[in-house]
Amino acid sequence: MARGTVLGRLGWRIGEVAEITAETPKVSSVAIDVPDWPGHLAGQHVDVRLTADDGYQAQRSYSIASAPEDRRVTITVERLDDGEVSPYLVGELRSKDKIELRGPIGGFFVWRAPGDRPLLLIAGGSGVVPLMAMIRHRAAAHDRTPVRLLYSSRAFEDVIYREELERLAAADPTLDVRHTLTRSHPDGWRGYARRLDRQMIDDVAWPAQPAPAVFICGPTSFVEAAATLLVDHGYDPGGIKTERFGATGG
Amino acid sequence: MAFISRGFKGRRRDPDSSSRVPPGQHTVNDFPVLSAGPTPRVDLAKWTFTINGEIDQPKTWTWDQFKSLPTEQITVDIHCVTKWSKLDTAWTGVSVDTLMEGVETAAEYVVAFSDGGYTTNMPLDEITDHKAWVVYEYAGSPLHPEHGGPVRLLVPHLYLWKSAKWVRGLTLKNADEPGFWESNGYNNHGDPWREERYWGD
Repeated sequence: MARGTVLGRLGWRIGEVAEITAETPKVSSVAIDVPDWPGHLAGQHVDVRLTADDGYQAQRSYSIASAPEDRRVTITVERLDDGEVSPYLVGELRSKDKIELRGPIGGFFVWRAPGDRPLLLIAGGSGVVPLMAMIRHRAAAHDRTPVRLLYSSRAFEDVIYREELERLAAADPTLDVRHTLTRSHPDGWRGYARRLDRQMIDDVAWPAQPAPAVFICGPTSFVEAAATLLVDHGYDPGGIKTERFGATGG
Repeated sequence: MAFISRGFKGRRRDPDSSSRVPPGQHTVNDFPVLSAGPTPRVDLAKWTFTINGEIDQPKTWTWDQFKSLPTEQITVDIHCVTKWSKLDTAWTGVSVDTLMEGVETAAEYVVAFSDGGYTTNMPLDEITDHKAWVVYEYAGSPLHPEHGGPVRLLVPHLYLWKSAKWVRGLTLKNADEPGFWESNGYNNHGDPWREERYWGD
C-alpha cells in the first residue's frame, strides 16, 4: 500500500507544537509532533480544527510544508488580518501547545520521488508551501530529477524559505530557483522584478516535449495566468496540476 | 475531557446564518475558485450538452437549443469542502428534470463529465426532483469561465465539487463509478450536513 493511502476514516489527532519559525513578517511555520502520523505525500494538506472553551469550533485546511521523510508535520501559515484561524496560528500559538488536526488529504496535487520527467513548479506567495514539500522530498530522497521553481513574491522580505532555497540550490545544480518580485526589490536585485509574463515562462519553462510534470499554486489570478501561459507555450492542459486559494482563507 | 485550543476565542456567527452553515464551514463574501487544472477554452459553436449511457437514444443539445430550454432562477447556499460556504447565491439555468423529460432509464447512478476531463458521480435520484440544475448565469451575468462557464452543474445540497464546472453532459450508469475527486481521497457522497468530506467520513 502506497504511503499516504488512506482506507479508514481520517480521525482527528492531537499533536504538540514542537517549534514555530517566523518565515516572513506575516508567515510562520509550525512544526508539529503528531502521534501515529500515517505519513504523507509531498503536496498533500491537513485540516486544522480549533476549539474554544465554550465548544465553538473553526476548521481550515493547510498545505503540508515538510517532506514525507521529516518526522514532524510542518504547516506554513500566512496571517490574514481579517482571518479567524490564521491570526491564532501566527500570533497566539506557542511551542508545547496542543493542536488538533487530521490528514493527510488529497491524492492529486502530489509528487513522488524519484521523478520520471523534469519538474516545473510555479508558486505565487504562500502557494510555495506544497511545492516546498516537493523540493524537500526530492532533496531528502537524494533524487536528481531536474526541477525549476519560478516563485513570485511581492517584495524581498516576503519570500518564504528564501535561505533554505538558496542553500539547496547552491548544493544541487539540478535545482534551479528563479524569483520574481512584483512590488518592490532591493538595490542590486538580479531576479525578475515584474508580474509573471510570457517572456518569463519562455525563459524558465522546460520544452513542452517530452511533457514535464507541472504544479502551480497561488492565488486564483496568478494560477489562471500561469496555466494560460503554459498552455500557450504548448503544454498539454491535462498535464498541468493546479491548486488555488482565494482571498478568503481565514 | 473535550479538547480545547488554549487561547482560541474564534468569531461567532449570528444565530440566523449559523443555522444555515454546516459543521466545519465558515461563510465568505467573495467567491473563491478551486479547480485541479487550467480553465478550459470552450468554443460555443462546437459546444453540446449530452445525456448518454443507459438510455436508448442519447439526447444532445447545441448551445442555441440549450439556451432555448425553459429556465429557472435559483437562490441557494453553496458549501465547498475546503471549508467555505456562500449564502444566497443566485443562478439561472435549466433544471435537470427538464433535461431528463421523456428519458426512460433503469440507471440508478450518474457521472457528470466536463471539458478538461473532470468527472463526478452521484446517485441519479440526488439530481432529479428539483435538486440540481445546469446553470449558465451567476448573479445576473453570464457564468465566468473560472467559475465553470459557459455552464456548470449546480447540486447545492452536496459539497461543491459535485457541481461540475464546464459540464458537457451526464452519463447514466447502472453501477456507481467514482469520479475525479472521489478517486482522490474525497467522499463518494459529499453531504455537507453530515460532513462527508473524505474517504471514510
